[in-house]
Amino acid sequence: MLEGQPSGSRKVQPVSVRAIVLTGFGINCDNETQSALKRAGAAADRIHLNDIIDDVSRLDAYHIFAVPGGFSFGDDIASGKILANRLRYKLGDALRKWIDDGKLMIAICNGFQVLVKMGILPLFDGEFARVTTLTHNDSGRFENRWIHLKTDPATRCVWLKGVEGLPLPVRHGEGKFVPQNDEVLRRLQAGGQVVLRYVKPDGSPAAGAFPWNPNGAIDDIAGICDPEGRILGLMPHPEAFVDRTNHPAWTRAGLPDEGAGLQIFRNAVEFARTNLV
Amino acid sequence: MPHRIEVGMKAGLHDPAGDATRQRLAEDLGIRVDDVHVLDVYTINARLDDDELERVRTELFTDPIIHDSTANASLAAGYDYVIEVGFRPGVTDNVGKSAAEGIADTLGRSLAPGEAVYKSTLYAIKGGVSAQDCERIARDALANELIERWVVKSRDDMKSLDGTSLLDLPLVTQQSSPEVHRIDLELPDGQLVQLSRDRMFALELHEMKAIQAHFRDPAVRAARTRAGLSAEPTDIELEILAQTWSEHCKHKIFNALIEYTDETGATRVIDSLFKTYVKAATDDVAKRVDWLVSVFHDNAGLIRFDDDHNFALKCETHNSPSALDPYGGAITGIVGVNRDILGAGMGCRCILNTDVFCFASPWFDGEVPPRLFHPRRVLRGVHRGVKDGGNQSGIPNVNGAIVFHERFLGKPLVFCGTGGIIPRTVAGKPSHEKGARPGDLIVMCGGRIGKDGIHGATFSSEELHEGSPATAVQIGDPITQKKMADFLLEARDLGLYTCITDNGAGGLSSSVGEMARTPGGADIHLEKAPLKYAGLAPWEIFLSEAQERMTVSVPPDKLDAFLALSRRRAVESTVLGEFNQSGKLQCFYNGELICSLDMAFLHDGVPKMKLQAVWQAPAREPELLVRDNDVMADLKAVLAMPNVCSKESFVRMYDHEVLAQSVLKQFQGPLHDGPGDAGVIRPVPGSDRGIAISCGICPKYSDLDTYWMMACAADEAVRNLIAIGAELGLIAGLDNFCWPDPVQSEKTPDGAYKLAQLVRCCEALYDACTAYDIPLISGKDSMKNDYKIGEHKISIPPTVLFTAAAIIRDVTRVVSMDVKKPGDAVYVLGETRNELGGSEYLAMKGQSGGQVPTVDFERARKLYGALSSAIRSGLVASCHDCSDGGLGAALAESALGGSLGMHVDLSGLGVDSNTVALFSESQSRFVVTVESAQTAAFESLFAGLPVRRIGEVRADAAFRVTGRDGLDASMPIDELRTAWKSPMQW
Repeated sequence: MLEGQPSGSRKVQPVSVRAIVLTGFGINCDNETQSALKRAGAAADRIHLNDIIDDVSRLDAYHIFAVPGGFSFGDDIASGKILANRLRYKLGDALRKWIDDGKLMIAICNGFQVLVKMGILPLFDGEFARVTTLTHNDSGRFENRWIHLKTDPATRCVWLKGVEGLPLPVRHGEGKFVPQNDEVLRRLQAGGQVVLRYVKPDGSPAAGAFPWNPNGAIDDIAGICDPEGRILGLMPHPEAFVDRTNHPAWTRAGLPDEGAGLQIFRNAVEFARTNLV
Repeated sequence: MPHRIEVGMKAGLHDPAGDATRQRLAEDLGIRVDDVHVLDVYTINARLDDDELERVRTELFTDPIIHDSTANASLAAGYDYVIEVGFRPGVTDNVGKSAAEGIADTLGRSLAPGEAVYKSTLYAIKGGVSAQDCERIARDALANELIERWVVKSRDDMKSLDGTSLLDLPLVTQQSSPEVHRIDLELPDGQLVQLSRDRMFALELHEMKAIQAHFRDPAVRAARTRAGLSAEPTDIELEILAQTWSEHCKHKIFNALIEYTDETGATRVIDSLFKTYVKAATDDVAKRVDWLVSVFHDNAGLIRFDDDHNFALKCETHNSPSALDPYGGAITGIVGVNRDILGAGMGCRCILNTDVFCFASPWFDGEVPPRLFHPRRVLRGVHRGVKDGGNQSGIPNVNGAIVFHERFLGKPLVFCGTGGIIPRTVAGKPSHEKGARPGDLIVMCGGRIGKDGIHGATFSSEELHEGSPATAVQIGDPITQKKMADFLLEARDLGLYTCITDNGAGGLSSSVGEMARTPGGADIHLEKAPLKYAGLAPWEIFLSEAQERMTVSVPPDKLDAFLALSRRRAVESTVLGEFNQSGKLQCFYNGELICSLDMAFLHDGVPKMKLQAVWQAPAREPELLVRDNDVMADLKAVLAMPNVCSKESFVRMYDHEVLAQSVLKQFQGPLHDGPGDAGVIRPVPGSDRGIAISCGICPKYSDLDTYWMMACAADEAVRNLIAIGAELGLIAGLDNFCWPDPVQSEKTPDGAYKLAQLVRCCEALYDACTAYDIPLISGKDSMKNDYKIGEHKISIPPTVLFTAAAIIRDVTRVVSMDVKKPGDAVYVLGETRNELGGSEYLAMKGQSGGQVPTVDFERARKLYGALSSAIRSGLVASCHDCSDGGLGAALAESALGGSLGMHVDLSGLGVDSNTVALFSESQSRFVVTVESAQTAAFESLFAGLPVRRIGEVRADAAFRVTGRDGLDASMPIDELRTAWKSPMQW
């Protein structure tokens, strides 16, 4: 049993949507990711990677898989790399099945790095393949700052329904999105897989300019999804903006009580309730 | 032969690591090179066939999108020199360790025993350098000789070496045999002192003689004979005594009997500064607050946060290790204090970090004395260590400071603090109660033991000298610790252990020695301890301060469950022995008894020190004549002072939002660049209750009077909290003393004065805490912050970091420091007096002397009460503490934080000089803005208190100051912003 989990299911009302939040080996945003999913209406459990490897059938009970942020294996060799290899070798088939079942995934920050490095994203033609990466910020440093995001208005990503744009924090040293070549970039763009871009506060393109684009990401890309729109990977942290008071300037303007990041989790829970339960 | 894999960015892609290195060489060493390309090198000392080598190269080490790589061939091209930097044998190599795990996943098999991966870094440098330059670059910028080795090769050299390792494998060869030696104490006094020095015991003669007397005691001798031990103590016994009795662990100076003579010649005796001032203050305040849970005796103080949770707070220093290895010293400082929190009560979850550093100026241009680093290098290394330690552990940094003073050249101060939270009830029991029971097993969890960090406790109890040991330095491994912490919190909730403590200074000797006090004894079998490499003597195993280890006591019926969970969480846990009621701490090695120490003598046998303290009030310097010159030019210059200017670029590199609980961050306002006064978090999801953290530190006043240094530091920490909306009565404090050696001796001829400074400082601490109702819940002292090599001696200015934590009843009521909208009224709260002594203004003008700021605690208390009410009532739009740089800096920061203009008039402040009005650093003051419709209600709360309305917030983005003698000056806010932000943007 992990800390913070209910010690028994005493809930009277059955909760139908269930989310699994991966933890272990230096993942460190698991508590707040679990908390955001719970607030969005899911029953969310933090489960250690070794417990999943020991019994992959436990995935069957869940609808949403979250790979949270953190410093898995200390970012050694390259961020997300060692965890990506471990997932690929130990859970590759199980994740393949997860995706084929049409279930949802979100991969945030270090989780996004893991998914691109094991080739789950962008999932061209449904295949696992490494065709994009996330590498060192142009600044050469880890930075924590708030940025502005704009969603592709035509997106079919289930996580981003009705989310036009929002401010979120980034907290990474290796968040520069780089596609293998121009063809990969064009395919991502044409397929509607570039779902989140860094923009200036007025909504105009960041066009690579620091600090609006905090890492030098190609085409200002902050997040991508698979062709079906069920797997979202992004560098910024939606789980870190669920309350008004998370915003750095909340003491000034009249922000709504709920942080804008929560809608992303609500969308997934809503989709799962309608389509997966 | 080992395999070598080199990995670098593909040609044509941006190499941020290379660019950063090139820039650093120019900034720090003044060496300009055309290009630096950084390559990661993995030396795999393992049997791999060609296919396996190719698989790990492509699948594990190379990112096909951005990397080029080679196996057993050189990758660098087009350079003039390469410098390869790798660890010395035995130094923790985190990347190498992770890489070995990655290889195991990739190949589906683990590496064989003795096989390993070693990480090194290759810098390929082009243009503008000689081989000698490269040696200097390696020594002064890229490597630390204590822990790293390097080679420099020219392009010609490399041709003959293609693909083979440049550095020897960092294999640990056996350096000491696992033997136990007897040490004869029947020596004359001089030789006893020499023995203490030679073996790094750091014990004084009277302490050596107390040990000598103990081993002469016929009863002790008889018991030793019965147990089969020699009459002489063994090396491990003396090492344990030296560690347990060290200044670091026993706080001998704070517990000494002090004869104090004041400036009138009157003398009194103080029996323990700790009891007389620190504990007495807490005991007094404890009568008026009801939320203290556990103070002074655990690894950290615990207070009640809400009905269901306790909050733990602790701050430690890691000065001596940071002087020798800034990065390693700092990272072990932060992950070390994290373990204090993990070891507080039954184990708290870490939820916040703080960091306060003291350095000499990064622009120091004198000669750096032997064994010291340039302050800029120290700053960079310390910052990087705290950054990596905190970020990788997933603990947000919420508050801190960087303070500069020339005498921190001799020793940097690195204060690392951590807060944690724990349910009040864990596994059905109160979570702050713990204790090993006879029969419980001694279990060590986490990392393995090496020679790293041996003698850390005794080393930090001495000045930094020529023989200061390199083994005192360690490198942290935050991920091993994170895995261990996650595992132990699970085990805690399942009730699998009865007591927990960390392995910090003194290692197992300290953790087992301390835990054994409750049951009354312990037996430990040192050959069972997991080692990083063979060849450690038993005393080294027991004393090693190797990182990432906790010791727990596990009841026999819970052992299987504990070890099974440990395995599932990939954490190493080892049973080393058993707690008992024998009254002795006994160590065995391969079945042979090698140590048997009476618990009573070990913990209570240290003789009390008797010290002299003589106070002389510093000579009053002549009154300063302050002329009003160009106040805007002066304001810009003060804003650019190292102690005032923005530290945003350092703070941005800390993760300050992980755990998603932050409410007030370090930087505030529309552009997120206004400097906040205190960090505020909301640790329990769904609850509006919060915790605010602040600090106060004023070494610049120490030479004037340490009483006021301490008073100002405590006041600063408190008013930082009051400024965001905290209330007196809900604030707890931590005191961290860093002093130069205050013991009168040949090497410290002014010890009696330095001790008197300490006495006065403690008096102020007591006065502040009892006036403001602040219990001190934990604290620490570091008493040997001197540098002495040859005739060169540098003693730091006496320094106290006062960390304060407040329980915030409703976080949605807190205020930030940025002004909010045009038309809001600007107020100054508190008295402005001519107190320029120690000020940033005088430092900027190169002057010393002047009147040190003083604090009237009773008046301040009333003001703080009124301000808390005003904020709680929603009457305050913004509030900012007034400290370094005076009112001028506080007003400018408030305006630029809100990106709005301001017009203020100084003539009503009651001082006869505009310069004094702007730059005096009088304490207990705030800059507050209030919406115009609320001013009457606001003012009504402050009847009879010093509150002056001095201007208003303006939309025109100009900072305009009017005052006496026709002063009317103005400057665009952005110009002030640039002056404040530009000095340390690196």
